Amino acid sequence: MTDLPSALPPLSTDLRLGNAPRGFVGIIQALQPDIPGAAETPHDLEQHLLEMGFTEGAQVEILHQGAIQRDPIAVRVDNITIAIRRREAMAVVVK
Amino acid sequence: MTSVDVTNERFHLALVGAPNSGKTSLFNALTGSRQKVANYAGVTVERKAGAFVTPAGRQVTLLDLPGTYSLRGRSPDEEITRDVVLGKRPGETVPDLVLCIADATNLRLTFRLILELKRTGRPLLVVLNMFDIAQRRGVSIDVPALSAALGVPVITSVAIKKAGVEDLRRRTDEFAANMPAVPAVDAWKPLSIFELKALQREADRIIRDTVSLPAKPDSLTTRVDAIALHPVGGLVILSLILFFMFQAVFSWAQPLMDLLSGGFDALGQLIAQILPPGLVQSFLQNGLISGVGSVVVFLPQIVIIFLFILLLEDFGYMARAAFLMDRIMGGAGLHGRAFIPLLSSFACAIPGIMATRVIDNRRDRLTTILIAPLMTCSARIPVYTLIISAFIPATNVWGWINLQGLVMFGLYVAGIGSALAASFVIKFFMWRDYQPAPFMLELPDYKLPRLKSIAIGVYTRAKMFLHRAGTTILSMMILIWFLASFPQPPEGATDPAINYSLAAMIGHALEPLLRPLGFNWQIAVALIPGMAAREVSVAALGTVYAIEGGKEAADAIGTVLASKWSMATALSFLAWFIFAPQCASTLAVIRRETGSTTWMVVTFAYMFVLAYVASMITYALATAAGLG
Repeated sequence: MTDLPSALPPLSTDLRLGNAPRGFVGIIQALQPDIPGAAETPHDLEQHLLEMGFTEGAQVEILHQGAIQRDPIAVRVDNITIAIRRREAMAVVVK
Repeated sequence: MTSVDVTNERFHLALVGAPNSGKTSLFNALTGSRQKVANYAGVTVERKAGAFVTPAGRQVTLLDLPGTYSLRGRSPDEEITRDVVLGKRPGETVPDLVLCIADATNLRLTFRLILELKRTGRPLLVVLNMFDIAQRRGVSIDVPALSAALGVPVITSVAIKKAGVEDLRRRTDEFAANMPAVPAVDAWKPLSIFELKALQREADRIIRDTVSLPAKPDSLTTRVDAIALHPVGGLVILSLILFFMFQAVFSWAQPLMDLLSGGFDALGQLIAQILPPGLVQSFLQNGLISGVGSVVVFLPQIVIIFLFILLLEDFGYMARAAFLMDRIMGGAGLHGRAFIPLLSSFACAIPGIMATRVIDNRRDRLTTILIAPLMTCSARIPVYTLIISAFIPATNVWGWINLQGLVMFGLYVAGIGSALAASFVIKFFMWRDYQPAPFMLELPDYKLPRLKSIAIGVYTRAKMFLHRAGTTILSMMILIWFLASFPQPPEGATDPAINYSLAAMIGHALEPLLRPLGFNWQIAVALIPGMAAREVSVAALGTVYAIEGGKEAADAIGTVLASKWSMATALSFLAWFIFAPQCASTLAVIRRETGSTTWMVVTFAYMFVLAYVASMITYALATAAGLG
């Protein structure tokens, strides 16, 4: 394993919120905002996610998902519910 | 008591808070109907200002700033909030005091905002809103400790209760009396990600120290969402709500609309009886009264649509509708939030365009505004029914489908289809470099709507609409009347007066242009007064074909048209009205809402091209099929 800058996608074994099934409960490990096809630059996306409460250590639960391709998802972040597309949720590494 | 000297100087409050913090309810409770809604110069952001008087007699101006989670300024709305708070917005008074509203049931994100606001050095007062709901859900907040931890005075408030509002007014007085003489230094800089994380950690620590959080989320919201956000059930419920809304818009509004249009007709008749025939009479009756009347008649529909929109918004359902529709709308390059504005446009594009204010992103909002007039508005219905009943036989297709109904349905589908296609094309050609706005929004807990707040909201929208009817729209109506009335017919003229007017000259001039569509000069002439409102074209056709009785004579007009037009012309006319760029009111609203004449011209131009091409193809195909 080479020591590459953090801009590279992390290990594929990471579980991303964007891939998690409905009913998933977990803890946010980190934000990895450098994801392909996101609507914002990695910097803006990370800031946006932080502003909506996606901080390390926060508890998340996927409460609902849309009818088409299970997208978007409604995520409980601590005690508020945030609607987010799966694509942007790929930036959230969870456990 | 120093009530004499305090009244001299106005005190400026700015209201800041996260979306769904109950900011607007509090604003409405504080100011009542004393508010003014306008746009900030140069941007499509709504500026809501109000006023109230404190117990000590102090005049207070209150500015309701767009909701935001931070001062970063992600959208034009959030930039306004940031610039006003920082005192950098030209033409806006620097606020003496910033009221930061925090939803007591949901503190995490607002506390971080408060910590960021502190850095601006502006005097800050935190209002814990919905304190009663929080207490009922078992949240206990140590307010003095919280105030000490934040380093900012904190008061609790219940926006719906009179006492809470009175208390807030009294506190404003105390604040104003003790203002520091030297303003504090503004140490705010855009936050780095590191600082943002640090502020959130501090906010979380303050919450841990001063607030006991409820163990469970709101159980009612959880139970309702289990159905309302279900992939299938949610869409069914959304459809039912919309079905009910449309029933209401059309069936409740109809008697009122009839009453209004009858009233304006009667008023016009009265003028005609009092005044001698001539220009003054014609101006008052046909220009002023029927011009304003043809727009004001839509007021009941607008009030009902906004009643529903505001109720659903206050209840917390709007964000859910956006959640359910986001993927479906996204296919056409539209934001989930564009759904309700586009839907409202089926009644009338005016409230639809006004409702696009819920869309934060400027480009998403512009796209929605541009395609909203393609939705089949109710003003097209009289035109559709007239032409369909005159030309389409009432036979059944495949034994059970009514052909007339099928054509009507087809016209609606064509409208929706072209709107989606237009959105796709706009995104593709105009904003290629542009990534769609991220869809990330809070789904707030359900709350019972505050009726007073709703009433104020509906009243404000109605006032805005009437104001427009009284200014921009009225001047367009007068222009149209002028075109249809001058020059006057010569002595002993036998044809209807409009045939000698500028409108007729324009109609004749346009005829060669419209000939490929199968339109004769009478149609060209009728399209000009139809600028007032699309259904006026029906009455105008009656006028040019010299049929007495105006709108009531629709049957007679149908019979005449059936004898004078070919089927190909009729179909081409229907195709024209799917797009029908000519609606002065819609164009005026687009200009107002986008703050630019360019977008109004763009809308007119692209709809005109679509209408022209669609009609031309329809006419060519119909003629080729032997219907010419």
